[in-house]
Amino acid sequence: MKLGEEIAQRLAFGQALVELGAEKPNMLVLDADVGPSTQTQLFGHAFPDRFIEVGIAEQNMIGIAAGLSTLGFIPWVSTFAVFMTKRAGDQIRNSVAHTKANVKINGAYGGLPTGRAGATHSAVEDLAVMRAMPNVIVMDPADPQEALVCARLAMEIEGPVYVRTVRCSVPVIFPEDHKIEIGKAVKLHEGKDIAIISCGMMTPRVLKAAEELEKKGISAQVLHMATIKPIDVEAICDAAESIGKIITVENHSIIGGLGGAVCEVVSEFAPCHVKRLGFPDVFLESGDDEAYFHRFGLDIDGIASTAKSLAEERRRTKNVH
Amino acid sequence: MDDKTLYRLDSIARQLRRLIIETAHTAGAGHTGGSLSEVEILTALYFSFLNIDPEHPDWEDRDRFVLSKGHASLGYYAALAQRGYFPIEELKTFDREDSALQAHPDMHKCKGVDFSTGSLGQGLSIGVGIALGALKKNKRIRTIVLLGDGECQEGQIWEAAMFAGSKHIAKLIAIVDYNKVQLSNRVDENISLEPFAIKWEAFGWNVLSVDGHDIAELLSALSQADYMSEQGPVAIIANTIKGKGVSFMEGKFEWHGKAPNDQEYIEALKELSLR
Repeated sequence: MKLGEEIAQRLAFGQALVELGAEKPNMLVLDADVGPSTQTQLFGHAFPDRFIEVGIAEQNMIGIAAGLSTLGFIPWVSTFAVFMTKRAGDQIRNSVAHTKANVKINGAYGGLPTGRAGATHSAVEDLAVMRAMPNVIVMDPADPQEALVCARLAMEIEGPVYVRTVRCSVPVIFPEDHKIEIGKAVKLHEGKDIAIISCGMMTPRVLKAAEELEKKGISAQVLHMATIKPIDVEAICDAAESIGKIITVENHSIIGGLGGAVCEVVSEFAPCHVKRLGFPDVFLESGDDEAYFHRFGLDIDGIASTAKSLAEERRRTKNVH
Repeated sequence: MDDKTLYRLDSIARQLRRLIIETAHTAGAGHTGGSLSEVEILTALYFSFLNIDPEHPDWEDRDRFVLSKGHASLGYYAALAQRGYFPIEELKTFDREDSALQAHPDMHKCKGVDFSTGSLGQGLSIGVGIALGALKKNKRIRTIVLLGDGECQEGQIWEAAMFAGSKHIAKLIAIVDYNKVQLSNRVDENISLEPFAIKWEAFGWNVLSVDGHDIAELLSALSQADYMSEQGPVAIIANTIKGKGVSFMEGKFEWHGKAPNDQEYIEALKELSLR
């Protein structure tokens, strides 16, 4: 993967599964009839004996994976995040999270980009649901490279991991030797005027926004959270204490996801103003992804403009006192 | 099956019923009705059919058992204790804080529990996964799932049934404790499962129907199912009576999730010792 190259994250994740499958003979992939969409079909082509098509039956898929895990297999379950986390939410909770089953969950088509499928297919609350479940590690990789890194890390962890991926193309921002640690933020840009904390596919555009801001004389600290749970409490508190104004940016509802997690940390340990950028409390509709990202201030200009106004507000407040 | 063996198994079943009543009474909690209905099924499994070793509960090649109707843990714990997985004395801790014997079975707390259950409708999928894994590993282990009848109203049961039937999953046996009564009412007055056997057959399963309180009949069905399951999944519909063995509990949905009070406890034990 070349830096700056735009690659469909679903394709990158599908290829990542093939790469990992070649390394781990006990890895299986289960899919609920969306393999050609989510690209888990690549694993099916490479390892037909280790790909289990369960049909449109997400609840059963989770149970089968949990059962398989008791015999030493490491099953990945994959379907659209919206159905994975709600249709099969109780199965994930009781058969996987509570039992600490060694099952890896790919919430594909995370957030808004679903190929214009609209309200029923967009997963705006999957991070909130998964974050609330004990024993589950929740990851939202930023780019195709990190999707592979997260998938590999998930295989090394004993227990349930939720890895959210998106359908659309995302520019590669991380080099091939990129590494992440569970519960550790990745600082991508130094700054002192405003802190921007982002996750998933929003991080590459937050980086662009930070570059735009720099041209305008505003320095933004950018923290990328590859793991939403556990979250990096220390990095959030440092940003809150040193900068005092935080923007969270996510391809998710502003309720319960990254913004929620950051607010929980800040309100308890380092109170400061947090502006949450994400989807407001509404169902999304069908149409063009970028049109909606623009509407909710989640494009580069929108993020830069929110950051600019908050940075200016911060300066004014500092001058007053 | 010789008379001596049957007599031994019958005494065990009677002992399990007493343990269920005692445990429920001590705890003041538990699902008495559905635990009493599964007693002969558990006796046939744990004291004859299953290839297990209580000294080595994690033995890799053991048969697996999943109590999909996880609320009927009183019966399950009684059977596990009687079989030697943990001391019978421990039953007194049932449903207490920090006990290994949680209200619903927890595989990480209780020895002998192959998978945690409680949320109804999930156990058959687990069993399918285990059976599929065993096939992939070429292991000759058998997977038995005990289902409640009420939970067969859950869609997931039929997702799992469709998968197992369609893929001819071998060495998988589902037993339904068909006691005809669920939490709030008679099953057929809520949502009827009938024609029940035909449903399983339509989903690609071989079906056997037995008197679920007749241990000899259960063992013969299990042996037949064991043979038949080489080709694909087998369902055993065990016709039972909820609250079996205690006259005032039999067939009553009110005894689904209730423990006997002091008076009921004495009466229940009296009835059980007269049997």
